[in-house]
Amino acid sequence: MKYSSQMVAKPYFIFALMLLAGEILFGLTMSIQYIYGDFAFPAIPFNVLRMVHVNLLIVLLLFGFMGSTYYLIPEEAERELWSPLLAKITFWVFLIAGVATILGYLLVPYAELAKLTMNDLWPTMGREFLEQPTITKIGIVFVVLSYLLNVTMTVLKGRKTTISIILLTGLFGLAFFFLFAFYVPDNLVMDKFFWWFVVHLWVEATWELILGALLAFVLVKLTGVDREHIDKWLYLIIAMTLIAGLAGTGHHFFFMGAPGYWLWIGSIASAAEPIPFFLMILFAYNMIKNRRIQDDNKMALTWAKGTAVVGFLGAGVWGFLHTLAPINYYTHGTQLTAAHGHLAFFGAYVMIIFTMISYAMPILRGRPHGNSAKAQKVERASFWLMVIGMIGLTLALTVAGVMQIEMQRIPDSAHAMVFMEVQAKITPVYIVRSLFGVMTLLGLLTYFYSFFVKDDKKVA
Amino acid sequence: MSERITKDMARNIYFGGGIFAILIFVGLAFDSVHQIPKLSHTENITKSVVAGKKIWENNDCVGCHTLLGEGAYYAPELGNVFQRLGSSDETTFKAYMQGWMAAQPLNIPDRRKMPQFHLTPEQVNDLADFLIWTSKVNTQQWPPNIQG
Repeated sequence: MKYSSQMVAKPYFIFALMLLAGEILFGLTMSIQYIYGDFAFPAIPFNVLRMVHVNLLIVLLLFGFMGSTYYLIPEEAERELWSPLLAKITFWVFLIAGVATILGYLLVPYAELAKLTMNDLWPTMGREFLEQPTITKIGIVFVVLSYLLNVTMTVLKGRKTTISIILLTGLFGLAFFFLFAFYVPDNLVMDKFFWWFVVHLWVEATWELILGALLAFVLVKLTGVDREHIDKWLYLIIAMTLIAGLAGTGHHFFFMGAPGYWLWIGSIASAAEPIPFFLMILFAYNMIKNRRIQDDNKMALTWAKGTAVVGFLGAGVWGFLHTLAPINYYTHGTQLTAAHGHLAFFGAYVMIIFTMISYAMPILRGRPHGNSAKAQKVERASFWLMVIGMIGLTLALTVAGVMQIEMQRIPDSAHAMVFMEVQAKITPVYIVRSLFGVMTLLGLLTYFYSFFVKDDKKVA
Repeated sequence: MSERITKDMARNIYFGGGIFAILIFVGLAFDSVHQIPKLSHTENITKSVVAGKKIWENNDCVGCHTLLGEGAYYAPELGNVFQRLGSSDETTFKAYMQGWMAAQPLNIPDRRKMPQFHLTPEQVNDLADFLIWTSKVNTQQWPPNIQG
């Protein structure tokens, strides 16, 4: 560790991992409700489980991005963080707000929570992923602003690199597009239209800039390839992200009341969305092939390759499967969407956080050469358990989606089966999905265990 | 291929392509905002439809159902429930909704459960009006059939 203020990243990483454990537990509970509708009902109805499941994901990724940034920025700027104290305060404020919101979801009925938080004053609740009470959303804005201030000041006062500027661009984009969460028009179609400005322009535009910058940083550190080369790749990746991803928002506007031209524009633009992810694979493998240093932290490189490959599979391949309007006409809002969502979020975003944690945590814990060979062996097992678990549950959801489309969507009105009957037929597949979910959880527990493997004093 | 591209060229592609993409997207977004009121029949949004949307949100209905294909995939699509279960008739649909909402949760072992939301008959009426309005949005002929 070159700068002592990088240490503020540590609690962010640890808390992000704890939230991930929570997310998986809630996901598993939901998957059991899919099979036995009475499980945990009425204590926790499905919508509450889901709200917690997806909100934990968003919050854990934000914690992960913040931790990663606080680790990366001092090293890129070649100076201490502008205010380590502010970063620590931000951590606790965000933690308390996050925990209070999750408890709110679990302890009172949602309508009650809306009343308690005076949602009527400025209604923003009850929309997918943006379920947080308005007061929490305002809190998020303050947390993000203080974080941006801290990072921007550090960059301004220090060395400016392509990586840090692109990371900042992504973070400012994240903050800007979140503001659309506060706009809730009475017209449902207009509401949906701007809701995608948060959701799509986060995950398929601004977050990809963050992902690219973090991946580039780890590759600079672990391969020693010169920055000219790395920066060039980074620019190409994010250029394709914006060119395909912005107009690609149109693939959400097909069937929700927006003009018909989105059928064409959304299809064509989003068909190019796998390209930046494919470039990330070329990028990672090329840099590793041309590496000038042999770093002992082998697992960080494994995660870097993993996030490129699984991100491409989940976001690129599984996204492309249903992004063309004539296909999406049949797949829209089926389990196929869920399949894509799971592998894309895991591969592109959860895995880049793992990459950063696996790279930075050993250094933060006083092991500049990475964890011991024994600990890395355990971590490698956890990597495969999680990756195979997630790919397995994605394949199960894909089969579920195809069955649903076959029975419910393709036949005409006289022959199509009723939703609930179709779901009953899919039950065996949902059981397989749950089993792969358990595997993913075991993978995460193995990952936790790797932190406690004693150093065997041998350098690999 | 990348050997022939320099960092400066890559940066120019990023700025040029990025600005081009932003302009196209913003332009189309403006046009969409202009067209959506017609495509969704904004003129038919009554007080009751607005109140119904609030009830939809305040009870997180989207946490189980999809509406025009967006939401969770645990429970049926409701964008065309007016046609499917109300035979496109207001009186039939509203009577159905009152009965359905009062009967939750259904006592069928292991069937997925819908919670009891304790809505007043007036609130159920608003919710029904919201779903009726939604069912008339121009969705480019989606869903493919009545089952949603």
